[in-house]
Amino acid sequence: MERYYQEEIECAAPEKIRGIQDEKLVAQVKHVWDNVPYYRKKMEEKGVTPDDIKSVDDLHKLPFLSKYDLRDAYPYGLLGVPLKDCVRIHSTSGTTGKRVVAFYTQGDIDLWEDCCARAITAAGGTKEDVCHVSYGYGLFTGGLGLHGGSQKAGCLTVPVSSGNTERQIMFIRDLQATILCCTPSYAAYLGESMKEMGMGPDDIPLKAGIFGAEAWSEEMRHDIEKTLGIKAYDIYGLTELSGPGVAFECSAQNGMHINEDHFIAEIIDPDTEEVLPDGSQGELVFTAIDKKAFPMMRYRTRDICTLHREKCSCGRTFIKMEKPKGRTDDMLIIRGVNVFPSQIETVLLENGYQANYQIIVDRVNNTDTLDVHVEMTPEMFTDDITEINKRQADLVKGMLSMLGIKAKVTLVAPKSITRSEGKAVRVIDNRKI
Amino acid sequence: MSVKQISIFLENKAGRLDEMTKVLADNSVNMRAVSLAETDGFGIVRIIVDDPYAATTVLKDAGYINKLTSVVIVEVPNSPGGLNKVLKVFTDSQINLEYIYALSAGKQPENAYMIFRVSDHKSAEAALVHAGIRVLTQEDIVAL
Repeated sequence: MERYYQEEIECAAPEKIRGIQDEKLVAQVKHVWDNVPYYRKKMEEKGVTPDDIKSVDDLHKLPFLSKYDLRDAYPYGLLGVPLKDCVRIHSTSGTTGKRVVAFYTQGDIDLWEDCCARAITAAGGTKEDVCHVSYGYGLFTGGLGLHGGSQKAGCLTVPVSSGNTERQIMFIRDLQATILCCTPSYAAYLGESMKEMGMGPDDIPLKAGIFGAEAWSEEMRHDIEKTLGIKAYDIYGLTELSGPGVAFECSAQNGMHINEDHFIAEIIDPDTEEVLPDGSQGELVFTAIDKKAFPMMRYRTRDICTLHREKCSCGRTFIKMEKPKGRTDDMLIIRGVNVFPSQIETVLLENGYQANYQIIVDRVNNTDTLDVHVEMTPEMFTDDITEINKRQADLVKGMLSMLGIKAKVTLVAPKSITRSEGKAVRVIDNRKI
Repeated sequence: MSVKQISIFLENKAGRLDEMTKVLADNSVNMRAVSLAETDGFGIVRIIVDDPYAATTVLKDAGYINKLTSVVIVEVPNSPGGLNKVLKVFTDSQINLEYIYALSAGKQPENAYMIFRVSDHKSAEAALVHAGIRVLTQEDIVAL
């Protein structure tokens, strides 16, 4: 039976949700106009005033915010309330450019934790469950976000944070954890480590996992579900918009419901910035209509995905987003072809390898080179060099048909590719362009 | 009767063989024979040891991917035509050779010992025994 944390809103009629959005958007635009001079200036430059925004239909009139605005306005330029009314900050890992520092009022934290509680409840979490949170705690939103959500959902919450994998496995087993929250690459790593310790899915009580903060493929989901003996649910979010929980997966496991009472989603053409109809692929843009301290208006996520508003078997009415295909800034352009790391991951998993890989791009004699380092696994190793070479050739062929360009595949020693216990380093671009 | 060889995956990079053999040395594993097959990206090291099961555990604990493979080890007279006589048996029995390498001869210099990876090690052994050629067991290797 499907469970809901806030059924009255999660399953509300679309017209009701639309009414809530209209009302909150109008108020939020006024809040931002009055309190965020940086955005007010952008509105003025576009010739828009709060009077022009009467409903969600007028959203397209508002200017966009992007990562560049966050950089220019760092650290306080987008703050919507006096600092004394903020109770917390979080920050991005800062892998590209300057760190983003986001601010929260107590109300902002509450609505964020509600979003995470909806995700945990949708994954089956109740008062009877033990929720093991191995996202990093600290500036990263993963740990504290799911932690708060787990407590709101009533689970016994284990704030184990990241690191010390053997201790994590011991806690999962000894404290009878039923729900796991972490990055998908760490979930896969836990599974590998369990295997090494001689443990299988029947040795741990886990039944569900909520995995996010990095891109992962459908094949990786099946892998994790098999090695840990769980159902694996996707969760989406970004620090700029609060953290994980902007969207979450339900029992249908075919896309994530966007918490539309707090966030309005749009899909735009990243080049023309034109809004595209539901069902089109493009860049995902969010407007936070409830958050007061860090009110993101039409924030360009750089995530490429598609929105679907069809009836969902779970009963929720929130619009669904597909798993992002990649990010406009994750996307590599190699020999003029768009390549997403997730495509390479798909080929690896389809060919029996694990998703332990690194993509190395370079430019030799003015031609881009694509070298994919793949870790050898005990299953794929044999004494027969011809057979290994054949499997390697199959990978090259699979990548050629998936990407349209030829990659070089290098087999490397197991565990030689750095796995940070948070996000895996998937791409090294050595091109000096 | 066949002997278990250990095949180990190594990256084709400077120092990898050194690191792997150090693991064996630190665990007092003596290699009786070693052969290296390499491609431009990776290599497979094949070794014969006295106790293959103990050695694979040592290697696995150190993070090396390895597999046990059956090979046939044959006593060959250390004189002209010695190897040829063995190979003729394989030819006559239509047994295909994948690779061969040699085992250190121990204290009996009148004989050499060759390791054969063949398409069908059971038929190979039967044919060799039939031709009166000595095929070694794991115990024989320990005793050499």
